[in-house]
Amino acid sequence: MAWELNSDRPIYAQILEKLQVRIVCGVYPPGGWLPSVRELAAEASVNPNTMQRAFSELERSGLVITQRNMGRVVTQDTQMIEAVKRQMAVTQTKSFFANMRQLGFSDSEIISLVNSYTSDTKHASYAVVSNEE
Amino acid sequence: MNEQYTTAAPLLQINDLCKRYPNMGNYMSVFHMNLTIPRGRIIGLLGPNGCGKTTLIKMINGLLAPTSGAVYINGLFPGAESKRVISYLPERTYLENGMKVRQMIDYFADFYEDFSKEKAYSMLESLGISPEARLKTLSKGTKEKVQLILVMSRNAELYILDEPIAGVDPAARDYILRTIITNYNPNSTIILSTHLISDIESVLDDVIFMKNGSLMLYTSVDAIRSQQNKSVDAYFREVYAC
Repeated sequence: MAWELNSDRPIYAQILEKLQVRIVCGVYPPGGWLPSVRELAAEASVNPNTMQRAFSELERSGLVITQRNMGRVVTQDTQMIEAVKRQMAVTQTKSFFANMRQLGFSDSEIISLVNSYTSDTKHASYAVVSNEE
Repeated sequence: MNEQYTTAAPLLQINDLCKRYPNMGNYMSVFHMNLTIPRGRIIGLLGPNGCGKTTLIKMINGLLAPTSGAVYINGLFPGAESKRVISYLPERTYLENGMKVRQMIDYFADFYEDFSKEKAYSMLESLGISPEARLKTLSKGTKEKVQLILVMSRNAELYILDEPIAGVDPAARDYILRTIITNYNPNSTIILSTHLISDIESVLDDVIFMKNGSLMLYTSVDAIRSQQNKSVDAYFREVYAC
């Protein structure tokens, strides 16, 4: 099935984020091989050149390393992966707070809402499962 | 095989191309178009009805003579050599109704040395079309699928698809787009004209916007998205708002 892509941002940037998520949560483990550009382009239903561009960005950031003529592997540098994960968490938190403030909640109200949400065990397990937006 | 053509000349070059149909007064269907198309791209040719897309496509294929200006394919005028490298899907079907799908495949394989029967049969199977069916027994959409299969089964340098997905159902549309992606090779380019922009947007590298016979914009999909903060589909609706 085609990947869910928003219409208002560059496609390569969205693909880049999805690949980062896959690396961070271990779908592509440290040191593991990545599928080929063509394979992933077909899976995502995007142009192979666009997928290539996302891969190039990943290479530039060091998260992915090209093995000449063999393909690409995820870096073994787990600290780097952890840093990317932190960075993504900050981004998510920022946007969550921005949305909640827009609804008129103060920061302390937001935190108490989060606490009551996670203390409800049913929701807590749900929250863990659905870490995709 | 095609080494002699893969010289420095661009795959497709259009120089100051104009087309005026007889009995149309001074109206130019294509007006001073200039365009250079490289290899390895998937390009959407977009524009409202009557903006000259099909006229342009017909001139590239040598089916219409330009009023002025010129089209070059690998540096050559349209002709037998360009038909060898261009696989063209016209906007209406030209298949022989009395023939079976299998016979059409044989016919194409006879005609084009770059035709792959294997590819054709595997696509037919994926779309559940029987090679023994006679074309006249097929629905409009299925006929369009057959025709697209025939065109995509060639190993051409330039594919020109005029409204390739308009008549087919969404599931088959996805399959066709996937076929385009998986058949992608860096040596060939696909130009497709369509109104179904949102369906194909993520498959395209570049888009060409035409308006009243002129080239309005030729840029990449991601350039539109990052500069306008909207999809090509939304941008099209804005540019061509009635």
